[in-house]
Amino acid sequence: MDIDTVDLRVAIGGLALQNPVMTASGTFGYGEEFSPYVNLHRLGAIIVKGISLQPRKGNPPPRIVETPCGMLNSIGLENVGLDTFISDKLPFLLETRTKVIVNILGDCVEEYAELAQKLSDHKGIGAIEINISCPNVKKGGVAFGTDHKMAAEVTAKVRKATSLPLIVKLSPNVTDIALIAKAVEEAGCDAISLINTLLGMAIDIQSRTPKLRNVVGGLSGPAIKPVALRMVWQVAQCVNVPVIGIGGISSAADAIEFLIAGASAIQIGTANFINPQITEQIITGIKNYLQEHEIDSVRKIIGSLKV
Amino acid sequence: MPQFQKKAILLQNKKVTEDIYKITLESPEVARAARPGQFVMVKAFNGFDPLLRRPFSIYQVTDNGNLQLLYKVIGKGTKLLAGMKPEQHIDIIGPLGRGFAFDRSKICIVGGGIGVAPLFHLMKRVLRSPHPSKVTVLMGARSREEMLGITQDFEKLGVELGVATDDGSMGHKGPVTELMGEIRDQDAGWTVFSCGPYPMLKAVAKICDEYGWECQVSMETMMACGVAACLGCAIPAAAEEIGYLHTCKDGPVFDARELAWI
Repeated sequence: MDIDTVDLRVAIGGLALQNPVMTASGTFGYGEEFSPYVNLHRLGAIIVKGISLQPRKGNPPPRIVETPCGMLNSIGLENVGLDTFISDKLPFLLETRTKVIVNILGDCVEEYAELAQKLSDHKGIGAIEINISCPNVKKGGVAFGTDHKMAAEVTAKVRKATSLPLIVKLSPNVTDIALIAKAVEEAGCDAISLINTLLGMAIDIQSRTPKLRNVVGGLSGPAIKPVALRMVWQVAQCVNVPVIGIGGISSAADAIEFLIAGASAIQIGTANFINPQITEQIITGIKNYLQEHEIDSVRKIIGSLKV
Repeated sequence: MPQFQKKAILLQNKKVTEDIYKITLESPEVARAARPGQFVMVKAFNGFDPLLRRPFSIYQVTDNGNLQLLYKVIGKGTKLLAGMKPEQHIDIIGPLGRGFAFDRSKICIVGGGIGVAPLFHLMKRVLRSPHPSKVTVLMGARSREEMLGITQDFEKLGVELGVATDDGSMGHKGPVTELMGEIRDQDAGWTVFSCGPYPMLKAVAKICDEYGWECQVSMETMMACGVAACLGCAIPAAAEEIGYLHTCKDGPVFDARELAWI
């Protein structure tokens, strides 16, 4: 089979992508940071660093610490805010041929809705991804994503505020991921992405102090891949909307595992830090795999797990 | 400014002191683009543990156009790096960050231990500029052994050195900052370029503030990507409305007045 006949196109809730490889929010800046290293035009989609209505300064350092096969972060959602994003960051992104997905975050349901509504006014944005791992300030700081009712509420409000394809990014720090997934599907999202980071911590035993100033942070990287894969598989079984797999993907083989488990697309996160060219290499790797196995479309391997 | 991700060829990995190494890499594009004070992100190991690249200041671009880094073996990553042999490949990203602004007339370089790394590159460029400035170098180290290791290349350039050691085995006994007063007695209006442990830099910044001298410091923080994507390398800014600056993009060289020094 000719490599050029391999079809990598996928659709995520009305959003057509040239291939299933996206960049995970918070690991690829606003795209421009990676332009010296990677051909941005080749990517399936760029998901930008999470945006809030107002700029956020983030947490005091140390914000990151390396752990075996992973890293913990407590960046604290530092971002330039909606207005600066639209005026300074978005124009560059819209010049690429790649779909732009804007990740949004807020302290309350209204803030998410306002962000979605304002972003909908701008041509060229491909989709919105909601980060529901943030604390709901009006509900005592419990993360939206850990309560199926709050997760559904924020999804429904954003759904009303925009006609753009809507992706909900799930937190893995829950007892029953399927329950949350079904709740946000019912509330009207077009796709579900998972997993966000796993809550963790690390301690310096000499000083007996936490290695992160925030004490706890989100674990990412290859260490979390088996957990992520299990959750993606589990969610893909119980929802009808497309699932986007995230969590420690560092190679084409990792990406293919997620596709087989039921993900229609995947996001590359921490691996971007280590190898800024990884997204392109994974696209090529998926193509080579399909050619070797004489499969003409990536869509044929999605959810093809034989149990 | 051009930036590259390249497979550099290891030419030499030489032990300078008990725990300090000097590594020479062939990477012409990165070397050509490198400015004093800039850094590279190094991935010298396969596999996932250690996972992240390590940032290193550029020690110098050699006369043959090779890139040289000076590093201290501290953790897993640097230990692996120390074990690497000539002809092996090392993946580097760079040159990154904002370097020194060194078009100044009276330059005082203040280094501490492995913090000498970006200062040698600076020193070489300053001496080779068409109108060399007046230069003084003050260096601090734990001991005579460490001092000889970190200053040998400076001595080859024929620069006069003021030295201070923690144990008094060479030069002044005490912090290198105690030598700064003598410089003030000689002349006024120096620009200080400094790199070293945080407490030393904090002291240097304070002294410069008192003397009314301009002060540029090269800072070190935890860092995952080096390209302003992870935002892990936050450093508190002096201006509250700014909040945090980022070592990889706003630095690693800062005007000391930009930082909060908490």
